[in-house]
Amino acid sequence: MKLLFERSRPGRGMDLLPPCDVPAVSFDAALLRDSAPRLPEIAEVDLGRHYTELAKQTHGVNDGFYPLGSCTMKYNPRVDEETASLPGFTQVHPLQPLDTVQGSLEVLWKSEQLLSEITGMDAVTFQPAAGAHGEYTGLLLIRCYHQSRGDTARTKIIVPDSAHGTNPASATMAGFKVVSVPSNEMGGVDLDALRAAVGPDTAGLMLTNPNTVGLFDPNILEITQIVHDAGGLCYYDGANLNAVMGHVRPGDMGFDCVHVNLHKTFATPHGGGGPGSGPVGCKAFLADFLPAPRVRKAGESYEFFEPEHTMGKVRSFYGNFLVVVKALTYILSLGKEGIPAASAGAVLNANYLMKKLAGHYDMSFNTLCMHEFVMTLEKLAHDTGVTAMDVAKRLLDFGMHPPTMYFPLIVHEALMVEPTETESPETLDQAAEVFLKILEEAKSDPESLHHAPHDCAIGRPDEVTAARHPVLRYDFDA
Amino acid sequence: MASYIPYTGEERQAMLKAVGLDSIDQLYNVVPESVRVKDLDLPEGMSELEVGQVMADMAGQNRAFRSVFRGAGAYRHYIPAIVKTVTSKEEFLTAYTPYQAEISQGVLQSIFEYQTQMCELTGMDVSNASVYDGASAAAEAVFMCQERKKSAVVFSGTVNPQVLRVVKTYCESRQVPVTVIPPKGTATDLEALKAAIADDTAAVYVQSPNYFGVIEDMDAVVAAAHDKGAKVIMGCNPIALGLLKTPGEYGADIAVGEGQPLGMPLAFGGPYLGFMTCKQAMMRKLPGRIVGETTDHDGNRCYVLTLQAREQHIRREKASSNICSNQALCAMTASVYLAAMGPKGLRQAAESSAAHAHYLAQQIAPLGFGLKEADKPFFHEFLTECPMDPEALCKKLEAYDILGGLPVDGGILWCCTECNSKADIDRLVAALKEVCGK
Amino acid sequence: MSVIPAELKYTKSHEWVKEEDGVFVIGLTDYAQSALGDLVFVNLPEEGDAVTAGEAFSDVESVKAVSDVFSPVTGEVCAVNEELLDNPALINEAPYDAWMVKVNNVSGTEELLDAAAYEAVVAAEEA
Repeated sequence: MKLLFERSRPGRGMDLLPPCDVPAVSFDAALLRDSAPRLPEIAEVDLGRHYTELAKQTHGVNDGFYPLGSCTMKYNPRVDEETASLPGFTQVHPLQPLDTVQGSLEVLWKSEQLLSEITGMDAVTFQPAAGAHGEYTGLLLIRCYHQSRGDTARTKIIVPDSAHGTNPASATMAGFKVVSVPSNEMGGVDLDALRAAVGPDTAGLMLTNPNTVGLFDPNILEITQIVHDAGGLCYYDGANLNAVMGHVRPGDMGFDCVHVNLHKTFATPHGGGGPGSGPVGCKAFLADFLPAPRVRKAGESYEFFEPEHTMGKVRSFYGNFLVVVKALTYILSLGKEGIPAASAGAVLNANYLMKKLAGHYDMSFNTLCMHEFVMTLEKLAHDTGVTAMDVAKRLLDFGMHPPTMYFPLIVHEALMVEPTETESPETLDQAAEVFLKILEEAKSDPESLHHAPHDCAIGRPDEVTAARHPVLRYDFDA
Repeated sequence: MASYIPYTGEERQAMLKAVGLDSIDQLYNVVPESVRVKDLDLPEGMSELEVGQVMADMAGQNRAFRSVFRGAGAYRHYIPAIVKTVTSKEEFLTAYTPYQAEISQGVLQSIFEYQTQMCELTGMDVSNASVYDGASAAAEAVFMCQERKKSAVVFSGTVNPQVLRVVKTYCESRQVPVTVIPPKGTATDLEALKAAIADDTAAVYVQSPNYFGVIEDMDAVVAAAHDKGAKVIMGCNPIALGLLKTPGEYGADIAVGEGQPLGMPLAFGGPYLGFMTCKQAMMRKLPGRIVGETTDHDGNRCYVLTLQAREQHIRREKASSNICSNQALCAMTASVYLAAMGPKGLRQAAESSAAHAHYLAQQIAPLGFGLKEADKPFFHEFLTECPMDPEALCKKLEAYDILGGLPVDGGILWCCTECNSKADIDRLVAALKEVCGK
Repeated sequence: MSVIPAELKYTKSHEWVKEEDGVFVIGLTDYAQSALGDLVFVNLPEEGDAVTAGEAFSDVESVKAVSDVFSPVTGEVCAVNEELLDNPALINEAPYDAWMVKVNNVSGTEELLDAAAYEAVVAAEEA
């Protein structure tokens, strides 16, 4: 496909702005740029066609089954796009007088109430713009809490070895040292290891439940108790909330603060990698440390206020507001019955698909799963040389986005499958057929799988050269 | 009630049977009884028609003004119609991060185009795929400059206060010392800034045009910083760069800023776009996603996420940043905007914004709204005196369907863009005359 | 089959070591480069940096992973192979020529393996 710069022709362009109706400013020449930026000069029709072509080489949830484990690629309701496009929401400046933005404040306040109920927390901030950003914010809450008590010895955050990479990275960014605890044979937290790891230097624990192998850790109450007894706090990574929302709440499992991913559990679209939103909820004793400002009711109207011991700000203004609008629309649509129905549907779909594949593919655990399951292709790789990567790439030929590969690290040759609740049984049946067909190919013609995909726009890209000799922008002078 | 689950109750029973269960409840047997939710205190769900009405009612409680003269970090610029058309395409909207390059060439190429455009705009060599917003970009830039023997950073007090606040929050947790130099009027106190740069200063951050709209003396800043071996991070305005000297031309090491003006609506603060570009030497320090060009085994040109070994999913606790996502759709928005505007259109937007701002300044000076500092060059924002209480003045302007400048330090910070026509400004001037009794 | 030159010494973490007049030269073994795959970047320390026996002094990046490189000795870095910064592939192509650092002022070393002992380590890992 051509790049915009290759479609550009000197002098072409669009007629977007009127001529200036006031005198021009003659700035000192020293303040002006020497040469114009080499932005594309392109007519609207060609610009439009450029992006139509790019869209044809982009695979979204609207194209087909997207079973990316830990990403919750559920359907993105169109009504959410409509509400987030209302001019009343899009046209208001973030620094308008509060009495002119009561609608936006209501969105934030209502969303806070609903998410607090769903997560079992007492307060929520919408400032974090993504999950990792939320993790960082939650860890700062923990840091602020211990500092406020003068407890400066608590420098360590405990993270299971099965955790997503953002967990330890966020902990480091928040100024903590990371202590890794091993998982037991069920992928849960090894209780003895946890007991050995906690102490007076424990600031907290970061955990997701269900865990990254898709299982609910039944020891959860004991885990949070161990950490609390040692004086630490418990942080819930909400990436897997879609398995349990409405059935159990992190706040009831002993967690003190949580983040949720609106772009996962609450159906806001991924946009090719953002914008997402990672709101952080916490129990009342941590609310004073939340980022500023927060929203509260003052009589019949809403206002901003500064939490008394606020950590400051983690983003300008109030967060990815329009993303919150989409999530609020979704939560209001589902309501009291829809929320637990969605998570139950996710768990049912995962078990249904797993049942179809078990006995053919090796599952990392032979029990009922929650909203996702992890297959291990270690034996297949050993017997046929066909790896998880090969299977994933071959799935592309069938128009299916592959599951998450090589995560969690504690499972070898992992493929993590999360169907979500918004798939019909026939979609799952078809997906199972594709997986089983590829398994046959692995046994009969493994060589062909090493070169998959065969039917996509491109074959496997040379990532080694891309990293050794990075070309990160178009070269106009080439 | 919606749940977006396609299948019926009957179909669900069949699926349960296939799994060997009788009821949905059994799926949660593993959850301890004591923590099972007994009564979820949420309102009843709604049909699409109802929820649309509820949200419209909420939006109806907001007031969008016909004329906006307020900036201070969020700007109302003209958004070409094609921007929304492109970014509403379902594929771009619903796609995941392009880790599977073979089916994501559309997204990957658009990020490569965005990276190129941001380099051109800022005069730098490398760009990442974007971060959350201008404020977090500033904080990430500070961390890029951290070296073993140099950690502290010096910020000019003319930086947007939201940016400063976010940077301070980030730096506090990593124990990076931040010194803020109080402004000299509406510009950076260069003498004080210079004096504050020490041998352990990792970086100096100055925003230009600054919070008050003033164009800073970046030559002096760069000279002072580089003299002491400190890096220069320049906070910049992407529309202004259609006209004004670039961070690259000034010799800055890193350029960051808020990309919202490039096609994103005001939207009560988000989603916005943090751009980060830098010189070649600092390439591997850039956080976040980066797209690179390569070939497939048939020699076809293609694009892929690269330099991933910098990132959290590989480095885990040794990553320099935890950032996972970029603001992909917002980056695409910026890219479409820049392609639609082209170099001439962008320059026009910049010139028009500046021209209208200067016209407004001239028109209101005789009414008691004199420039706080008339000798400082400004772009499209400027700080004036105010002959009455600024908050009260703005309240009165609301009746004219005008959002006035932002009350700041007893004065008003006005902003004009290409969207404020001469007629629009003349209406504001007439309103001010009435309100101030002139 | 991993190449293991007889005249070098080795560590359990797959570094090779050569001593030249009190200066210790360190690199990655053939087994290491093969296991790591195509290297795309090497993060090297600077001249003058202190290194400690048993601790990581560097890391190497492949497309999908980062691996620590451990120092077998305690001392001071006196030379760094800058060629590797532009061409990390040298480690894959000629691991025993592609030295990473030279360390002097050595005050302590880990227990080093000879070629035969290292061969046993590799055989155990490959099993």
